[in-house]
Amino acid sequence: MNNLTIKKYVSVKSDALRINGEIALANGSSADFGEFMKHIYHFYKVSYLKFFKMDALSKLGFIASKVLLIDDDSSRFEPEEKAIVVANRSSSLNTDVKYNQSISEIPSPAVFVYTLPNILQGEISIHHNMKGENAFFVQEKPDVPFLVNYVNILFKTTRTKKVIAGWIEVDVNNFYQAFLMDVEESDNNSLIANFDIDLIQNQLFTE
Amino acid sequence: MTRVYLESDNVITSLGFTTGQNFSAMEAGISGIHISENNELSLNPFPVSLVDKIRLHEEFSGISKNEHTDFEKLILLSAHKALAGSAINPSSHKTLFILSTTKGNVDLLHKKSGNNQDVRLYLWHSADLLRRFFNNPNQAVVISNACVSGLTAMITGMRLIKNGDYDNVVVTGGDVVSKFIVSGFQSFLSLSPQPCRPFDRNRDGLTLGEGAATVILTNRNPEKLPAVELVAGATSNDANHISGPSRTGEGLFVAINKTLNGIGEPPGFISAHGTATPYNDDMESIAFNRAGLQEVPVNSIKGFIGHTLGAAGIIESVIGAGSLVKNRVIKTAGLQNQGLAQPINTIKENLDITLRSFLKTASGFGGSNATALFVKHE
Repeated sequence: MNNLTIKKYVSVKSDALRINGEIALANGSSADFGEFMKHIYHFYKVSYLKFFKMDALSKLGFIASKVLLIDDDSSRFEPEEKAIVVANRSSSLNTDVKYNQSISEIPSPAVFVYTLPNILQGEISIHHNMKGENAFFVQEKPDVPFLVNYVNILFKTTRTKKVIAGWIEVDVNNFYQAFLMDVEESDNNSLIANFDIDLIQNQLFTE
Repeated sequence: MTRVYLESDNVITSLGFTTGQNFSAMEAGISGIHISENNELSLNPFPVSLVDKIRLHEEFSGISKNEHTDFEKLILLSAHKALAGSAINPSSHKTLFILSTTKGNVDLLHKKSGNNQDVRLYLWHSADLLRRFFNNPNQAVVISNACVSGLTAMITGMRLIKNGDYDNVVVTGGDVVSKFIVSGFQSFLSLSPQPCRPFDRNRDGLTLGEGAATVILTNRNPEKLPAVELVAGATSNDANHISGPSRTGEGLFVAINKTLNGIGEPPGFISAHGTATPYNDDMESIAFNRAGLQEVPVNSIKGFIGHTLGAAGIIESVIGAGSLVKNRVIKTAGLQNQGLAQPINTIKENLDITLRSFLKTASGFGGSNATALFVKHE
């Protein structure tokens, strides 16, 4: 196996959308979560009506993966060679609270389905036709060494050729943070950053 | 090459508090599914498989006097029982705990004492409780991948051991039946009004169950035979629909193919997901045919204990391992007349055959699938 490399990385926080650490779209008007997601959606001329039915966690994961893969040539690998490894702190608690409030009236299946965090992996998989390995981890705080190790294992021991890996969090107070990396084996031309624990933990994730 | 063995296990369901009690009850054809009239779970009576809470509190008081939720008691007791039958050291830095759950303590949201700031609502908190209970120094891992969580947790544990990161992984899974979960499945119209009937032509939905299970994975050579090895596993996504199974069985087929790649002979039997929803069971029949496994005996044990969500993959793997050792495939409770999109070899009565291996499969919301192959050493 060649060394792994980060082809591109994307972060979404309340102040801005960043690509490879550079601000691509600032949230200058400090719009709320829903407005900022819609703003990014229109800025990148996305056309995917299902987006508007998603809960906050899936919207955030969808938007981050959309920007991450917008110029990716999806034909280079088979669908079953593309994996998604995501972690967060609150699982689907933001939507759990909303669903729980609806129980006493009419429980909504459209809300209930989003009370599982891995639904966001389903949404990303559907849109980008990714059929490979799936894992959703829940961690008190981002455990970068664990995620880097797990992604390495996938490349070493499975048919995985590409991993969308990172952190997608929306908490009960609507605080949100997305950080997604497009990880592949190095071909020496496309290197943005080494897939390195210290670099990710101390620099890329915090930018 | 590092091999990963199932060293010790435990299953807690409506049928009992040990793996042996559960296996014996299933062998005898006893179902733990009853009609519940508990209106804290549902205003209408519904079939469900529930753990005996009085016995849970009694047994738990034997290991700890601390206050805990039912979910916490279930996972701690299950891990305790599995570790009691094991030689591994739970407090070693070479031992890791993995927790598999879909909803953890979500029922705290609708209890008076609960609010959304309660730290016990966080799944990592439950996992941290688990590892601290056994004085384990390593940050515990939580996997939450809907109905495939348990099997994904076992596959993850296997990979970490094979990678040399740990010698032992304690994989514990659990979920409790709550109003949150019952109302959600009711809103989806996926609960059957009768105990579920996997693979039957008259099946009309699933039955929920609660429970916990633990399996201890280790790289140590087994001290006694027969022993069961977790040989291979894979996960996949249908990339098709977030709440409905693939019509072509695509994701499950992909995962089976990866798991059985390079394995010469077909598995001795398949412990299927078999939820008894019309679409899930049809999907499985299509995937098994695509994989050329239509002749292999297939069962689902959800007719005995319902769908135990985050515990299901572990419970079904442990019961399947029991079948390997005893050369006895448990029947599919609730199945009378097979009615599936494509023919497969479902088991209506216990089947005594010489077994060397079995395939465990699971599929769930989010389009997720997981499969694993277990092989017996004699």
